[in-house]
Amino acid sequence: MADTLTPVLSDNWDQIRSWQLSSYQRSGGYDALRKALAMQPADVVATVKDSGLRGRGGAGFPTGMKWSFIPQDNPKPKYLVVNADESEPGTCKDIPLMLASPHTLVEGVIIASYAIRASVAFIYVRGEVLHVVRRLQQAVQEAKDAGYIGQNILGSGYDLDVVVHAGAGAYICGEETALLDSLEGRRGQPRLRPPFPAVAGLYGCPTVINNVESIASVPVIIKNGADWFSSMGTEKSKGMTLYSLSGHVTRPGQYEAPMGITLRELIDLAGGVREGHELKFWTPGGSSTPLLTSEHLDVPLDYEGVGSVGSMLGTKALQIFDDSVCVVRAVLRWTEFYKHESCGKCTPCREGTWWLVQILERLEHGKGTEEDLVTLLDLCENITGRSFCALADGATAPIASSIAHFKDEYLAHFENGGCPFDPMASTVFATAGASA
Amino acid sequence: MAENHTTATDKTVPYSTGDSKITDATIAEMREIAARYPVARSALLPMLHLVQSVEGRVTPEGIEACADVLGLTGAEVSAVATFYTMYKRRPVGDYHVGVCTNTLCAVMGGDLIFDRLKQHLDVGNDETTEDGKITLEHLECNAACDYAPVMMVNWEFFDDMTPESATQLVDDLRDGNEVKSPRGATICTWREAERVLAGYADGRADEGPTGGKATLAGLRLARERGWTAPGGSSNADTQKED
Ligand SMILES: Cc1cc2nc3c(=O)[nH]c(=O)nc-3n(C[C@H](O)[C@H](O)[C@H](O)COP(=O)(O)O)c2cc1C
Ligand code: SF4
Ligand code: FES
Repeated sequence: MADTLTPVLSDNWDQIRSWQLSSYQRSGGYDALRKALAMQPADVVATVKDSGLRGRGGAGFPTGMKWSFIPQDNPKPKYLVVNADESEPGTCKDIPLMLASPHTLVEGVIIASYAIRASVAFIYVRGEVLHVVRRLQQAVQEAKDAGYIGQNILGSGYDLDVVVHAGAGAYICGEETALLDSLEGRRGQPRLRPPFPAVAGLYGCPTVINNVESIASVPVIIKNGADWFSSMGTEKSKGMTLYSLSGHVTRPGQYEAPMGITLRELIDLAGGVREGHELKFWTPGGSSTPLLTSEHLDVPLDYEGVGSVGSMLGTKALQIFDDSVCVVRAVLRWTEFYKHESCGKCTPCREGTWWLVQILERLEHGKGTEEDLVTLLDLCENITGRSFCALADGATAPIASSIAHFKDEYLAHFENGGCPFDPMASTVFATAGASA
Repeated sequence: MAENHTTATDKTVPYSTGDSKITDATIAEMREIAARYPVARSALLPMLHLVQSVEGRVTPEGIEACADVLGLTGAEVSAVATFYTMYKRRPVGDYHVGVCTNTLCAVMGGDLIFDRLKQHLDVGNDETTEDGKITLEHLECNAACDYAPVMMVNWEFFDDMTPESATQLVDDLRDGNEVKSPRGATICTWREAERVLAGYADGRADEGPTGGKATLAGLRLARERGWTAPGGSSNADTQKED
């Protein structure tokens, strides 16, 4: 049994200037790159496959398998694209990782690129995080100066260029095919699949797209071996991962643990739910994953565990809301987000999210009826699975799940003629009296 | 297809007229950005950031410059520029002040902070103060939820805010006092920030800490309790930040 917390990706975050190459190398950085370059690319892919690493961007697709889909007999250039768009509400793991240790990502980028024989790798980082962009730019420059990026890397004969690319504010650009369009200098709208990016991705060439945390996990897998990684976690969800706790807990933050820890354990490590309050609802992996409640405190937080209770592990963004929060207000705000971020390409999502907001607004202000709840669920059914990409499925997740768990609270709004909650009570600066 | 030039076109672009500050040097930088990519059009987003750093917004001249450098039409560039929220059609102040009002930050206090700032600055959403210093905007989740409620100034983090610390922050910005992000650098202007996003480093990467309290919460607990991944930690006993 591994320890309760297992800092690996976060292990050097308390080191002096951990973002610099010299500090990273003192912690053993770039040893894995040397090891990988001495292996055959196919063996690097096999090691990542054997480790059981699954994509940390939300869907949990096996990373090594994704890499093996790149057709090596295709004469076109191959590309690696890192998805550093982190914009799913609640998700806040990739940004602190890149701020504290950008070289962990850069080393992973070089190893992954070598494995799939990419000639150029792109790090597509959301534009709204200036200091992260600075640290990535500097890390890539340091790696170039050290001979880790460029021509004939460490005498291996392998050439690679790495480009840091800042986005410009659009949640949909986190969806991998929209990201590719955006990276090609277009509006970020999803593409029809197939063809999948592994066959026809960036510029129509074979492309691997992976999340920051997935790629950052690669160096340590190469360094310590597949068995080491798979000794942590559960049967089908291997390794350690970053769980992000936010909201009404005493010590919010990043907690790196083996896959399968429970929210009960995590909340305990974080010093408990805000004093004087009780857990009301939470998201396991961002706002696009159906809400759970205190009934689900002992569910193992791995892909299978969270799936078995009708939600998804997603990005492991655990947003904790206590009993001071109105669930209708929370869901309305998320729905406004999806409406704003809908790229407009398909009708169910573009029109549907607009109608969802109209109805939810009415409900939150106490002007709804029980029939509105029926209409809302009916709309959700017509949007989910009938839209072009998963943004729309995410939009309906909080609505359907909140009505399932908290129908009475919706009813209370129109019985009450308005929202029964005091918005001050849920804030961090609520006075003791107001929060009690 | 016009958009499939693999290199930037060499058409000359005369942009010395009107109020536009786009010069030959800007055009040269646009070509430099385009040269970073296997296909030049990929440079459009960073080029638009560069336009904002020069012009203080996306201007018609800026759009035409991008179009000419990439061999696109102005309409094609406009279609892209209007899709992304970071590109502004109206002039932005020296300081872009964002308040996260996505659900988690909103309930933790973001809504009240945003209301207070609107009153305090006497502006609405996406409006600029009369002195041209501050543009206020509400933001979607900025990937800092463990520091809620969160504000951003020129896309630098301001963590664990209150209505009082928020008004103090904007007053300091307006008074020209030096302001530092708790997880970033000394605040530069919005235009300078846009230049970094265009890919021109400003040498400030070494400012600020590795992370804040929330970033390190799990790690500190693990250190206290002697918890490590199998095989131990190579960092547990070395010198730490702070
Ligand atoms: C609307 C939407 C937004 C997404 N945003 C992100 C994101 O910000 N970061 C990310 O890594 N994946 C995001 N994804 C998932 C990506 O499409 C893709 O599955 C992921 O980057 C693959 O990487 P992985 O296999 O390493 O997890 C998003 C998906 C959707 C539908
Ligand atoms: S589901 Fe929404 S975001 Fe996705 S393609 Fe359709 S309109 Fe765009
Ligand atoms: S909800 Fe505000 S930073 Fe995530």
